[in-house]
Amino acid sequence: MIPRNDPALWKKKRRTARWWRETREGYLFALPWLAGFFLFTLGPMLVSIAMSFSRWDGITPVSQMQWVGTENYQRLFTDDPRFLKALSNTAWYVMWAVPFGTLNALAMALLLNQEVRGQAVFRTLFYLPSVVSGVSTSMMWLWLFNPSFGPINYALAKLGVPPAYLPGWLTDEHWAMSAFIFMSLWGVGNSMLIYLAGLQGVPVHLYEAADLDGATPWVRLRHVTLPMLTPTLLFNLIMGVIGSFQTFTQAFVMTNGGPNDATLFYVLYLYQKAFQQFQMGYASAMAWVLFFIVMALTLALMGSSKRWVYYEGER
Amino acid sequence: MTLPTPHNSPPARVHPGSRVRPVKVLTYLALGTLGALFLMPFLWALSASFKTNAEIYDFPPRLLPNPFHPENYRIAVSVLPFAQFAVNSLVITVACVIGQLLSGSLVAYSFARLRWPGREFWFVVLLGTMMLPPQVTMVSTFVGWTQLRAVTGVEWVDTFKPLILPSFLGGSAMLIFLMRQFFKTLPPELEDAARIDGCGTWLTFWKVMLPLSRPVLATVAVLSFIAHWHDFLGPLIYLSSVDKYTLQIGLRMFQDINGTRMNLLMAASMIVLAPVLVLFFSAQRYLVRGIVLSGIKG
Repeated sequence: MIPRNDPALWKKKRRTARWWRETREGYLFALPWLAGFFLFTLGPMLVSIAMSFSRWDGITPVSQMQWVGTENYQRLFTDDPRFLKALSNTAWYVMWAVPFGTLNALAMALLLNQEVRGQAVFRTLFYLPSVVSGVSTSMMWLWLFNPSFGPINYALAKLGVPPAYLPGWLTDEHWAMSAFIFMSLWGVGNSMLIYLAGLQGVPVHLYEAADLDGATPWVRLRHVTLPMLTPTLLFNLIMGVIGSFQTFTQAFVMTNGGPNDATLFYVLYLYQKAFQQFQMGYASAMAWVLFFIVMALTLALMGSSKRWVYYEGER
Repeated sequence: MTLPTPHNSPPARVHPGSRVRPVKVLTYLALGTLGALFLMPFLWALSASFKTNAEIYDFPPRLLPNPFHPENYRIAVSVLPFAQFAVNSLVITVACVIGQLLSGSLVAYSFARLRWPGREFWFVVLLGTMMLPPQVTMVSTFVGWTQLRAVTGVEWVDTFKPLILPSFLGGSAMLIFLMRQFFKTLPPELEDAARIDGCGTWLTFWKVMLPLSRPVLATVAVLSFIAHWHDFLGPLIYLSSVDKYTLQIGLRMFQDINGTRMNLLMAASMIVLAPVLVLFFSAQRYLVRGIVLSGIKG
């Protein structure tokens, strides 16, 4: 039984002047983001749901907007081979770029975590490309991938690849996507640094214990380092998947989706639909499909984490 | 705060060296190869920017141009108003950085230190928005800006406003999170002292918190600068007059005009790249701090 005049009970109920002041100030300080959230995130999300059920070119007055029900969504999956192509292209890209990027970043972080001289130099070298993304680096790769004169094919020829077998890279629809995946490996420096930070967080006493048990370097890696790194791995995988689905600039600059739609990425097609063909409703439907795909993959990764992510302190 | 160094990398094995040596050699070999591979694209592009166009299409290609043609750079910038593009890029980027610092730090302080009902809920929402691909809201946000003309009577699209304003309203959720994490590490005693001296919340934030937070503000400024300097999709959608183009859009336009003159294209690319390279090398420690700060632990 609770005594009627329990002061603790009173405190909870009574909203003191101080409580009001703190609440007011808290919301006031957070107001910029709260406003931004409603104006630039929640609002547009709701508007785009409505737009995705309509047909509108974005130019004529809003009153011209036609309600078409689920037509846009039906067309996406039954009547638009280019959409399906863009979807499967992007899925294919994510499927290869994320795991390969993870392995690459992890390997570089493990190498850098050894006691090596020049560590700072190598770290800088690996990190730099991930910082300088954008149009200029896309231009650079355009030149590197040049099938007849570019340095990459020159190197392959030097390694003994016969001229007839040199890939056409961005000009060949069977190789273009591989070129993008290859290029993405160059930009994993950021996740490498995250792994490196994760590696530094592994407590030394675990390694000491492993050494006392006579663990080989491989066992140490497999049973100490990697389990301790799984939370970092989960974070990088999620960010990698989300980021890879947003691939746009490279494709827009280097191939504009070609050849024969081989590098038509999801966001590139979304851009074309909205800002070149002015099908705002259709593009909004695409945006929502993208949202659900990314959401589902993120949740799936998080859900799977119970099985393979190890949190110290649990158990 | 320092760069991650191998302070607790696995302890060196005590067994005498017969097996350790080859491993060391292999490590250096792998690092050297990877390092060369990562550097090569820059070197080839730099080299191409100093060659004549005929020399570029020489086979086999030579890494060192002979002779050097620095005039490529002069020609490249004379084709398009690159100075104007640079000014535009700078105006947009600097405005975004200022907005991000001002609004982001306020919000981060609120989430880190102030007590208000609903704070936990909104913090989860903030984290959730980090997972949202911006393309999901891109189309409807654009439509919103175009429709704003009907309400206000002035044009909003084809101005810098749609590119800058979001940064003044919180900007990047990731960067807010970063600042919040940093604020959390500061000892609350300093704020208590300020309060006892009669400072209100605003003065405490402005006079005590911000001066202590210079390191994280620098990190946020650098990250935000790089993100907006590279932004391509935003300017591509919102800017249509050439005199408002940013460097990224200008470079893309240059490609349309001069796509076959690879040497000029590379020179122009190098010019656009240069400011970020300078920033990278002078502020690398702030960038790395950002990664350490986000403290990815589950």
